[in-house]
Amino acid sequence: MAIRERLSGNEAVAYAIRQVNPDVMPAFPITPSTEIPQYVANYIANGEIDTEFIHVESEHSAMSATVGASAAGARAVTATSSCGLALMWEELYVAASNRLPIVLALVNRALSGPININADHSDSMGARDSGWIQIYAESNQEVYDNYIQAFPIAEDSRVHLPVMVCQDGFITSHGVENILLIEDDKVKGFVGAYEPEHYLLNGTERMAVGPYAVSNYYMETKRAQRQAMINAREVILEVARKFEEMTGRRYGFFEEYRMEDAEYAVVIIGSAAGTCKAAIDEIRDTTGKKAGLIKIRVFRPFPEEEIAEALSRVKAVAVMDRSEMFSAASGPLGAEVRAAMYQAHGTADVVNYFYGLGGRDITVSDFKAVYDRLEAIAGTHVVTDMYEYIGLRSAQSEEV
Amino acid sequence: MANGKIYDRINEQSPWQDITEGNKIFEAATSKDFCTGEWRTATPVWSQEKCKQCLLCTPVCPDSSIPVTAGKREDFDYDHCKGCGICARVCPFGAISMREGK
Repeated sequence: MAIRERLSGNEAVAYAIRQVNPDVMPAFPITPSTEIPQYVANYIANGEIDTEFIHVESEHSAMSATVGASAAGARAVTATSSCGLALMWEELYVAASNRLPIVLALVNRALSGPININADHSDSMGARDSGWIQIYAESNQEVYDNYIQAFPIAEDSRVHLPVMVCQDGFITSHGVENILLIEDDKVKGFVGAYEPEHYLLNGTERMAVGPYAVSNYYMETKRAQRQAMINAREVILEVARKFEEMTGRRYGFFEEYRMEDAEYAVVIIGSAAGTCKAAIDEIRDTTGKKAGLIKIRVFRPFPEEEIAEALSRVKAVAVMDRSEMFSAASGPLGAEVRAAMYQAHGTADVVNYFYGLGGRDITVSDFKAVYDRLEAIAGTHVVTDMYEYIGLRSAQSEEV
Repeated sequence: MANGKIYDRINEQSPWQDITEGNKIFEAATSKDFCTGEWRTATPVWSQEKCKQCLLCTPVCPDSSIPVTAGKREDFDYDHCKGCGICARVCPFGAISMREGK
């Protein structure tokens, strides 16, 4: 029987780390992820796990030590947020290109500046090209479940890539929710013992990690790395199936909420999906308008064909970005979803919204206004403003 | 591991499928097989007649390309000499001259 508990998202991740008992955890504190290494340090101090906790002087060192530990043959994890992830930037690429199955618990927080401690996705979206698998969560339950699934995904020989398990800062990391925990022995069985085939501390095999690659080798190396990300698609789904067998909870690349007959769809990542679901239920109950939602769980690898297929029958789509990428055009999710739909010859009209930057609230009535606008666009096929904001104060009535 | 030199298995003709995961190398001292002498644009020339075997040149060579046997230097290891010219500069007897090209 599962264990009923009430935990914050940070507590849930720390609880999962206790159950996995990784070999090494180098970490540096940063709001709002600080509690994760703090709780793990407690578990270690209490003798509940024998993880080697490495106190480092920065996130640059945290990821460097994690890379070193993983290359040496350890199951290595870390946690960070915002500028901490930005300070890891160089090593994120090293971890991925060296094909090290590190698991990083990321508590999403806005990047400076202006300095801000609240939730948005600018940290992980900034790292979207680093070669890490990225899995996002709406709730504490999903953070916990994703974290446990991250190990068999990262460590699968077809993949061997690091995984970033993302949750929204404060909203889930500090919000306490009911949660179903899995028994320790089941988690240990699901994750399994870590037995890397090649590792630096293996006394019987000579090995060098991270050699210089001249231009005659670099491109082939990157193509091989791409293959690992392609392979991750089937492994993510395989692991999700096994997880469902164990817990009854179903996961895929994304969740479709009331999409069976939907004419108007929102595509979103993270905790705001819950608010959107409440709006959908209200809209369908009061107006009969066919509103639906696609909540992206796996952003890397990007489930391009599956998203295009899921949006192939809707009339209008609003793609919601919780980060800027300053292209002076779309946000990152907007660009990729529209590219996927274009390739599949999708016919729906699409708009792209920025919302929730730096922790700005988004409400049920905000989502209702989005669906109203989608209905209007579907009637006229005229999109006057491709890029809009939710909750932005402006002296002008229309935003560019 | 497979036998033979690493560049017999992985070289500039290898398809991407043959590249090891993350470029990991499962051998030691493979730098010996990488002929950096190809990079040379100037070449040191050793004059045995002028050389007094003082061995000042050997320790300053950044590429360990001046082999010494039984206390005496031998001719350059042109497979690895990059032609930096430090040996020619340090030689007190003018026994090493730099020639343009490989």
